[in-house]
Amino acid sequence: MADSHAEPKHPFHLVDPSPWPLIGAFAGLLMAAGALAVMHAGSYWLLIIGVLSVIGVMFGWWRDVIREAEHEGHHTKVVQVGLRYGMALFIASEVMFFSAFFWAYFDASLFPKEATGFIWPPVGIETFDAFDLPLLNTMILLLSGCTVTWAHHALLHGNRKDFIQGLTWTVILGAFFTTLQAYEYAHAAFGFREGIYPSTFYMATGFHGFHVLIGTIFLFVCLFRAKAGHFTDKHHFGFEAAAWYWHFVDVVWLFLFAAVYVWGG
Amino acid sequence: MAYAESAHGHDDHHDHTPGFFVRWFLSTNHKDIGTLYLVFSVIAALIGGGFSMWMRAELMHPGVSTMTLADGSPDGHFWNVVVTAHGLIMVFFVVMPALIGGFGNWIVPMMIGAPDMAFPRMNNISFWLLVPAFILLLGSAVIGGGAGTGWTIYPPLSAAGPGGHANMAVDMGIFALHLAGASSILGAVNFITTIFNMRAPGMTLHRMPLFVWSMLVTAFLLLLAVPVLGGAITMLLTDRNFGTSFFSPAGGGDPILFQHLFWFFGHPEVYIMILPAFGIVSHVISTFSRKPVFGYLAMAYAMVAIGFVGFIVWAHHMYTVGLDVNTRAYFTAATMVIAVPTGVKIFSWIATMWGGSITFETPMLWAIGFIFLFTLGGVTGVVLANAGVDLSLHDTYYVVAHFHYVLSLGAVFGIFCGMYYWMGKMSGRQYPEWAGKLHFWTTFVGVNILFFPQHFLGLQGMPRRIIDYAPEFAGWNYVSSMGAFMTGLSSLFFIGMMIWTLAKGRRVGDNYWGEGATTLEWTVSSPPPFHTFEEQPIIKEEQAH
Repeated sequence: MADSHAEPKHPFHLVDPSPWPLIGAFAGLLMAAGALAVMHAGSYWLLIIGVLSVIGVMFGWWRDVIREAEHEGHHTKVVQVGLRYGMALFIASEVMFFSAFFWAYFDASLFPKEATGFIWPPVGIETFDAFDLPLLNTMILLLSGCTVTWAHHALLHGNRKDFIQGLTWTVILGAFFTTLQAYEYAHAAFGFREGIYPSTFYMATGFHGFHVLIGTIFLFVCLFRAKAGHFTDKHHFGFEAAAWYWHFVDVVWLFLFAAVYVWGG
Repeated sequence: MAYAESAHGHDDHHDHTPGFFVRWFLSTNHKDIGTLYLVFSVIAALIGGGFSMWMRAELMHPGVSTMTLADGSPDGHFWNVVVTAHGLIMVFFVVMPALIGGFGNWIVPMMIGAPDMAFPRMNNISFWLLVPAFILLLGSAVIGGGAGTGWTIYPPLSAAGPGGHANMAVDMGIFALHLAGASSILGAVNFITTIFNMRAPGMTLHRMPLFVWSMLVTAFLLLLAVPVLGGAITMLLTDRNFGTSFFSPAGGGDPILFQHLFWFFGHPEVYIMILPAFGIVSHVISTFSRKPVFGYLAMAYAMVAIGFVGFIVWAHHMYTVGLDVNTRAYFTAATMVIAVPTGVKIFSWIATMWGGSITFETPMLWAIGFIFLFTLGGVTGVVLANAGVDLSLHDTYYVVAHFHYVLSLGAVFGIFCGMYYWMGKMSGRQYPEWAGKLHFWTTFVGVNILFFPQHFLGLQGMPRRIIDYAPEFAGWNYVSSMGAFMTGLSSLFFIGMMIWTLAKGRRVGDNYWGEGATTLEWTVSSPPPFHTFEEQPIIKEEQAH
């Protein structure tokens, strides 16, 4: 609709009507219903359909966004500023989401209860050595923060080869981190259901791991787009948003490493 | 508060309104999405309000009449289910959609001279997520006997263990809150971005209308508070279904942790519901006093202060859980501090009226009613802020009276105030003045008969969330129920009047309130064209404060 107008007299992007919000909302309902089916009927098929529909909506929706930005020129400078606000605010809300889990962690660790023997880590919990795999993972994430910055600077200087190379390394390091986390989970001395230590440990590191996965996919999409010739030195907020998000999961990890692995181990 | 220099043709008539399905289901238009929110809110209010009528009918006399089990014995669990559904519906599906989704969407872009919201497509999913959320919430009230946890969903009552809720009702409620929460967070991102990035040239933050300020603060509260609730209910979900121990002492967890997390969200949440009403009331008082708002900057920063302090007072909801005395002293003091910026607002509204050429059209009646009743609720709030006093008033009807004065008679009066103020702008048709006044007076008298006696009941020690009561409480309960029915009838009259207005109301021009209405929405036609401000107005002069 916006295109059929005469030349707009403002710099904003009036988006055409779209089916994705409606479908997305009900895909969310399917996913919730699917989770209920898993929890109360032990049946997984509805959840699988729900998750696939949500992923489908994300694909369609963001494909539209990329088309509007890359090919239709709707993302003026002012619209890009709006997208920056949007991403920064979204990350702020994510920080508050994690603060709930840190709150639970500090409630349990600073004020250990009777069931944990009034000490932290609780009686009978064998924790990880922070300076073994977790330290390696910290190094991997910090290094990936460097490689994504390398990619960014390469893009700013118009060096697509290095941009792609930096992004590739970031994605590889992200995947490496996730693999090591999975390895760590597989070799943990405590199970998910064994009291408050595993609860806080697995939920905090698990949600972080999930965010790493999302960030890795986000960067992978950027890599794919970079290879398709998207992004210019002046207009590449999609990539910057992925980089911001990546730094955000990096910082969350540093807090997890310091609080859960080093101090609480 | 700013004028547009000129009110020239913003309605360049190349509006091509899309067809019915595309317009109402796939919308990317802030006005249409605002309308969807308002309609949704009215439907949810009928259900949530129906629950309150049922509760007052049950409480009208001692003994249990309608909410019984098959053998005729009282069904206390069912009572709890109704209380829970009423609370959650009113908070998440009536007040928030009307004030934030409805008026926020309709009015904020027009007031700042923007052509739409910053993310029009995301705006639509904020609305549509509420529909599945509402379906899940209604499910949580009927499936498996329903969730009787109260809107606060405290474990262990909400946990799956003994004395809790083992079936899926609470899980449905949790998912309802997840979806509604996602809707709120996305909406908050949208409002903040719109307000920061899309103001017309010349409209600095300090020239921004107070309703926009109120939405800005509200959006920040949503953005930072709702994710904490998201985390809390996610932990509750895994405690219930996947064997974690966050809130279970047997595993080393802590049920009080849930209360902290809940109220860290819950207290900002009550300001989320009232701040937009503050914004609306400021405009209405100014319009019908034909004076600019007194102390504009103080009014704006009072809201910022209320929003900030709102994050550091949460444990005043938890005085009885065994907090140590220093903690209670802090939360008492911090809570009382909120009375200062709130007082700034109340006195500035009065000062705005002082010396003005006041007329008492319907929106003005609601605004004055708001000031009176919200102040009353605020004063009982200061009483309850005292940790010592609260020990005896906690979970009594005094608390029920207090929060209904600030929400039912505060936030809901704000909704009606905005409805009467902008109805003509949004629909192009005006309600009959006599009908608006009749609605106001019947509601005003009704809610006071409904809630004022509940102060007495609370002081006499009647506990809240209970299906039956000692005969000593019969008198005031009867009075309270009468007030409830009066309010209920008055609300039905309002809905009938609105439907009549949409079909047959008198047509109105751009600015039907005259010289007192100075914000930008009054420079466009009523109803406004599909797209407003395709050419942004230039804000050149500031109203003298």
